[in-house]
Amino acid sequence: MLEIVLISTLNGILYGMLLFLMASGLTVIFSMMGVLNFAHASFYMLGAFFGFEISRHVGFWPGLVVAPFAVALIGMAVERYGLRQVHKHGHVAELLFTFGLTFVIQEVVQMIWGKLPVDYRVPPSLDFPAFTIFATNYPAFKMFELLTSIAIFAALLLIVKRTRVGLVVQAALSHPEMVGMLGHNVGRVFMLVFGVGAGLAAVAGVIAGPALVTQANMAASLGPILFVIVVVGGLGSLSGAFVASLLIGLVQTFAVAINLSMSDIFGGTPLAGVMSVWFSDIWSVTVAQIAPILPYLLLVMILIFRPRGLMGNRES
Amino acid sequence: MTAAPHTVPALELAGLRKSFGQLEIIRGVDLAVPTGERHAVIGPNGAGKSTLFHLISGHYRPNAGSIRLRGEEIGGLAPERINRRGLSRSFQVTNVFPQLSVWENVRCATLWGLGYRYSFWRNVERLADARARTEEILTQINLLDRWRTPAGVLTYAEQRALEIGLTIAGDADILLLDEPTAGMSHAETERVVDLIRRVSENRTLMMIEHDMGVVFDLADRISVLVYGEVIASDSPARIKANAAVQQAYLGTEAA
Amino acid sequence: MQRPGPPARSGFLASYGVWIVVAAVLLALPQVFSSGLAISTMCLMGVMIIFALSYNMLLGQTGLLSFGHAVFFGLGGFLTAHAMNAVRAAHAPLPLEVFPLVGGATGLIFGIIFGAVSTRRAGTTFAMITLGIGELVASSSLILRSIFGGEEGISVDRTRVLHLFGLNFGPQIQVYYLIAAWCFVSAAAMYALTRTPFGRICNAVRDNPQRAAFIGYSTTRVRFIAFSLAGLFAGIAGGLAAVNFEIVTSSQMGAGQSGTVVLMTFIGGVGNFAGPIVGAILVTYLQVMLSDITGAWQLYFGLLFIGVVMFAPDGIAGLVARQQAVWQAGRLHRVLPYYALALAPGLVALAGLSLAIEMTYQLTVNGPEGPAMRFLYMPLSAASPLPWILATVMFVAGTWLFVRAMRLAINAYGEAIANSRGRA
Repeated sequence: MLEIVLISTLNGILYGMLLFLMASGLTVIFSMMGVLNFAHASFYMLGAFFGFEISRHVGFWPGLVVAPFAVALIGMAVERYGLRQVHKHGHVAELLFTFGLTFVIQEVVQMIWGKLPVDYRVPPSLDFPAFTIFATNYPAFKMFELLTSIAIFAALLLIVKRTRVGLVVQAALSHPEMVGMLGHNVGRVFMLVFGVGAGLAAVAGVIAGPALVTQANMAASLGPILFVIVVVGGLGSLSGAFVASLLIGLVQTFAVAINLSMSDIFGGTPLAGVMSVWFSDIWSVTVAQIAPILPYLLLVMILIFRPRGLMGNRES
Repeated sequence: MTAAPHTVPALELAGLRKSFGQLEIIRGVDLAVPTGERHAVIGPNGAGKSTLFHLISGHYRPNAGSIRLRGEEIGGLAPERINRRGLSRSFQVTNVFPQLSVWENVRCATLWGLGYRYSFWRNVERLADARARTEEILTQINLLDRWRTPAGVLTYAEQRALEIGLTIAGDADILLLDEPTAGMSHAETERVVDLIRRVSENRTLMMIEHDMGVVFDLADRISVLVYGEVIASDSPARIKANAAVQQAYLGTEAA
Repeated sequence: MQRPGPPARSGFLASYGVWIVVAAVLLALPQVFSSGLAISTMCLMGVMIIFALSYNMLLGQTGLLSFGHAVFFGLGGFLTAHAMNAVRAAHAPLPLEVFPLVGGATGLIFGIIFGAVSTRRAGTTFAMITLGIGELVASSSLILRSIFGGEEGISVDRTRVLHLFGLNFGPQIQVYYLIAAWCFVSAAAMYALTRTPFGRICNAVRDNPQRAAFIGYSTTRVRFIAFSLAGLFAGIAGGLAAVNFEIVTSSQMGAGQSGTVVLMTFIGGVGNFAGPIVGAILVTYLQVMLSDITGAWQLYFGLLFIGVVMFAPDGIAGLVARQQAVWQAGRLHRVLPYYALALAPGLVALAGLSLAIEMTYQLTVNGPEGPAMRFLYMPLSAASPLPWILATVMFVAGTWLFVRAMRLAINAYGEAIANSRGRA
């Protein structure tokens, strides 16, 4: 039992940190430009596939550096030649533009790498158990993922606190309506932030790819969870996104580990007969099976009880 | 309500406070506007005039104090609820429905007051009373011949006139006008003053205005707001003579 | 003197002329396009027209961007299917014609439930909430197997309910007329809705929600009613889909279907009542035709959508509506040559892009079949450099010329409009 709790906590924090790598870029971009980048998860997927392709030819480590840079460049091009053109048509058009982009990226990825999962392997240098708890080996690669995401998190904090671009980002987070007044270079800052956001998502893709499944539907399945995070955390709130990322990471990881259903709990009681009829399907569904819908249930709960989100202070 | 109806002011503010974070913008405002009065709020930039209007009209929630409309507390109510109780406002920055035609703009503003609410079974073109009211308002604001034009492409002065049109189209009898003459030429200002005088007959009017000519021309009473506090509230003549006002606000202009 | 303002009562023809023509066209279409494929395609179009129009009640009329509209389509379909099976089992005397109402009622009820949660917010948050609700329903449907039938879905037999007027709905043509009738009624109802006080207030909320509150309307309430009614019509569309396909699966309420309706509506044009109709017809046609010609059809779709978002945000209907002004000014002949001038390089660029896509497709997805392929009836090898160079040149040069020609066309358009204003 303790073993499950420990491993699940580690995995949950890891998943949460990966989610936050993406959600942070999404949040900063939203605060600065007022547009929620629907294609953010697609950049994550591109990162994974670029990382995979590079790892096939020159190895995992070059991929970890090159793939995010390549995706960041793509992100900057998307901002400069796509979003900026659409901006004059309003936020709905911007959101729809990034929505269309998810289609195109998914189709291109499918065309190049196919629909089936690709064989993106953990690099041999990290393919050993880091430690063993109660006879369970914890892979070193997962420790590496965790440390990398924490390191990036720390680096981001430093950048935001110590640099000029960081100042603009901070201003955007606290007073989004002021950003436009910050001067004529704001266009370049937008492009840079968009690129960095895309690059961060790609880093998450490169390091998550080998551990999870790298396949053309990974953006479509992860994207909605990202949007749940930013809404649950409070749109435009970085600390909210952090809390929500960890929350969802932990909730989902723990749910997957629990193989319990109502029939297990109430099976022996006199109510069993009635309940199995009334709840029909739900009666034998395990918690692990409903793990995928938990983030959305959380979203609905938050909306009912705290419509602003956990840390949100602005009404959109 | 303890007070007799005829003595209840149309609008009464008591101990009203509003702050944003550490910054207190409205610092305890007490003010009463009797029914039928034309009341002007003046004060230097940043004194909190627009914030005051936002509080009264429900755009912001007050932190403390009360806002009473004909004796009934409205502080913290949603804007639409305050509007339905008979208070209507205009905006400093033009705030119309840009894609709708001038006609549609005004007609939309008449619908709630005429009791059509969310009706989705009546043909809007066949509502004779909405039609008559829309035509009347458009005549008043002199935009009848522009009825087809989308509001977004009107000239600035026309949009300002439409802004007032939207404000008076419902059945509100308390009007809040936020700088109705801002950015207008002399001739345009005169026309708007004329319009305001006409539409505020039989209504209570509260307006923010920077043009002192307009203020002293229209207002029955003037309140001076400085740093979130009303430092004087009196007839135009006595405001002119008020030493505190001259020092705090008119000082530079009088010198 | 003519009184200002829109006419209160127009003549019979002016009010109903268009609808009479539409009804006549709907009746005559199966005579013109009588092949089996054409009839079943038109059935699908009819369903999608209702679905897209219901979506535009949100996006175009009220300014609500929803990414989960297929929920109501799918739930409407499932409940209709269950109702059909139940009626069949109970031998209840209920004719097939009324079953879409079950879908409509389902859509309305779930519209009210989900609307209560989602319409408290607007804008981007609303869009994300609808996305979340869509995922919630789609994922739940895979768990609740007895209701949604798991992967296989729920099957029905439309011929096994009460027959009225000797119609057994075995032949697809009878289903066509059923769908056409429902499509006509639903479209007319949704059009009428735009001309009510509520419909106009929806537009006001779309344009400026803040001001709408200050003229007495609760924007939340307006959005909520619009959301519920959109659910009603999406449910009718879903019910008809169940009748049409005789099967409902949970993929019909998934993200893919929700995305399709966004694409359709926007490509057709959100600012015009006819826009979603145009979009539903075009996109359905392309889905049926393109998927036969190329395996990469969804990519073309995505590109078309992005193109519309970037360069024609009013959609196709918006582009056409703009030409009306020039036509009324009698200056269409001034701009048409420029459009033709832009069209030629545009097609060349498109051919270049498509050649590159098809060759990539041949090398990757069709990789095992070797590089030999045909493009526009021309045999070529995707592995040789020449077609790649050709594709690049066609795309780059075509795009460059197209952009230049479009600038000229836009100038000509501006002049034509300015001249007509000057003359008036």
